[in-house]
Amino acid sequence: MTANLQERLAELPAYLGGHLLLSLSALFIGILISLPLGIYAARSERLGGTIVNVAALIQTIPSMALLALMVPILGGTIGFGPAFVALTLYSILPVLRNTVTGLQEVDPDMTEAARGVGMTDRQRLWQVELPLAAPVIIAGVRTATVWVVGIATLSTPVGAESLGNYIFSGLQTRNWLSVIFGCVFAALLAIILDQLVRLLEKSAQDRNRRLGVMAGAGLIIIFVGGIAPSLIETFTRQQAVASFSSQRPSGGPGTQPAGLQGQTVRVGAKTFTEQFILADVIATRLQEDGAIVENLQNLGSTIVFDALRNNTIDVYVDYTGTIWATIMGREDPVERTAMFIEMAAYLRKEHNILTLGRLGFENAYGFAMRRDRAEELGIRSISDLQTHGNSLVIGGDPEFFGRNEWIRVRDAYGLNALGTRSMDSTFMYGAVRDRNVDVITAYTTDGRITAFDLVILSDERQAFPPYDAIVLLSPDGAKIPGLIKSLTPLLNKISDTLMREANKHVDLDGRTPKQAAAFLSSKISQQTD
Amino acid sequence: MRLSIDNVTKVFPGPVTAVDDISFGIAEGELVALLGESGCGKTTTLKMINRLIDPTAGRIVLDGTDVSSIEPAILRRMIGYAFQGVGLFPHMTIAENIGVTPKLLAWGAQRIDARVDDLLDLVHLPPDEFRHRFPRELSGGQRQRIGFARALAAGPAIMLLDEPFGALDPLTRDRLQQDFKDIHTQLNLTTVLVTHDMTEALLMADRIIVMQHGKIVQDGTPDDLVNRPADDYVAELMSTPKRQADQLDTIMHDPIGNAP
Repeated sequence: MTANLQERLAELPAYLGGHLLLSLSALFIGILISLPLGIYAARSERLGGTIVNVAALIQTIPSMALLALMVPILGGTIGFGPAFVALTLYSILPVLRNTVTGLQEVDPDMTEAARGVGMTDRQRLWQVELPLAAPVIIAGVRTATVWVVGIATLSTPVGAESLGNYIFSGLQTRNWLSVIFGCVFAALLAIILDQLVRLLEKSAQDRNRRLGVMAGAGLIIIFVGGIAPSLIETFTRQQAVASFSSQRPSGGPGTQPAGLQGQTVRVGAKTFTEQFILADVIATRLQEDGAIVENLQNLGSTIVFDALRNNTIDVYVDYTGTIWATIMGREDPVERTAMFIEMAAYLRKEHNILTLGRLGFENAYGFAMRRDRAEELGIRSISDLQTHGNSLVIGGDPEFFGRNEWIRVRDAYGLNALGTRSMDSTFMYGAVRDRNVDVITAYTTDGRITAFDLVILSDERQAFPPYDAIVLLSPDGAKIPGLIKSLTPLLNKISDTLMREANKHVDLDGRTPKQAAAFLSSKISQQTD
Repeated sequence: MRLSIDNVTKVFPGPVTAVDDISFGIAEGELVALLGESGCGKTTTLKMINRLIDPTAGRIVLDGTDVSSIEPAILRRMIGYAFQGVGLFPHMTIAENIGVTPKLLAWGAQRIDARVDDLLDLVHLPPDEFRHRFPRELSGGQRQRIGFARALAAGPAIMLLDEPFGALDPLTRDRLQQDFKDIHTQLNLTTVLVTHDMTEALLMADRIIVMQHGKIVQDGTPDDLVNRPADDYVAELMSTPKRQADQLDTIMHDPIGNAP
């Protein structure tokens, strides 16, 4: 538990800094856009309505979807960029709408007086209308602040670092301390920023310059204090790289140094426990060889592949069947090794991605049921499900029901009558144990299969493709000197049982992915010795 | 002539002819009332003088210059304007409200301060007490006094008043009407006063222009209107103040209170 707390605290500077940088810069740019737009909209009645309606329409797009959509719109970039753009769009509406209402609700007597005393349109705007609309506009800024700070926690799957990392990885690894950390800090941040903006408003209303300076200083301190640690880290890192490359002898090819001294390697991971553990095993391996590792965890399944293709990350672990179905669009069943070879050739040819090799285990999809329930219904294989068709409900992660595999399995076994229920993969094992659903689309390496006494139904028609875990390197990553050499010792060392054991450490025994990774790394090095 | 209105017409979209080919002049030092029922075109006529509204046809000449040739904001700084809603800026102090036009004209701070104090004295509000207060702390009558002070601040060529006493209680109204009349004489102002109250027009104006349906029905002195009404409409307008005056006269001469 204390190790857990220490790990969470160690992550705080990076997550809090990322969160502040992301939300405050999005707010700042959002205000910069929406304020002039609002002024314009308030003056031109015809266009004004349209502008506010478009902004309202953007707001109705679910925030998670808007964030994810930004990735393809920005040409596959992940990280700060898409999150920043999406949050900026979100911050526009409250400020825009309140600017328009604030200006339109200015007492007509004020407008007439301002014209009567001889103000030009511009003077009227700055000296009368904006000061009078200010409380309403600032109320909009406060709404935007709370929204953006909150929604920034959802930017984790597109690869932006924020307090959401606590929540996403915490949910996946059943680390409730981590989830609470993320929630509490995000809420605190929203409250503090909201109150500072309120003070700023009050200072303007009371014409209290001291209060204004204090609130402004508070905002600046929070911003600088929040992002300073991560900036310093980036800076010292660059210094280290610079000093290293200046020390490095510019000798011929024969003198190429062993290891990865001074190289930065970005390791990606999808959103589940096994991925976190493997990313950490890879990171530890690279660090031992002197690399500086940046972790980009909790990336959506297709987002992580795009990131690799675009060289936004250098390495991550995927599964043959996933690439086969979602990237190659193939549906035909192929034997395990044949699939691996064909997929590797495809990735090399189409995307210039290097398949380093297999880790040894397979994390396939499989249908799992409670042993007693399966026996009671006499179900042993997937084809037996058909006989109970419309009385059974199958639970699975949302991604699964969108995949070709599901369609193929469903059609191969005639499972159309089965009810389906989407849920987070963390909760589906508990759901089948507690009889909330009858069958789940389990991952075959999940530790909870043995722990909850679940059985995997046999797939005699081989409708589920094989899912060998593979290490993929980006086009640029493959060129990093020493990277291939550093990671090769990991290949073919992790068995299904070993992986299931490591997953169980996190999902059931309450250990952190780091601790599970340490366990897995030690097992791997034992095999090497 | 300080101000000359020549064949001015205003047609609003609809089309509604609010002002229909009217002409009149105002001499320096005159206080002229534009009188009529709501919708007669009196306020539209007033607002065309400082270009809050631009006429459809005709010319308005102020001190020899066609007002349409002057940039509206520049023109309005030369004209004092006070209206029923007053429109004091709530986020500015009294001093800032009064000094707003001088500031637009880029007067120095000291000159503005001195001018504000003079004007507060003129409208009978002690400068030390009122300078730094905000409009919300003032009564209705005090606010309209500040409204006058603001209109007078830059030494305007002409004052335009749009029913400035309309929202005040009778006692305050009476005192303010008297005070404005005194200021008008003291500063030798030229004033156009829009009102629908015949008594107010009779008591304050040197000349009364009666309007109906966008046209001038009569342009004359209070004496002309009382004794020589141009038509039945003007005669009818005069009947209310006459009846009130007779009733008051009776009450005044029969203090015991058993008048019929």
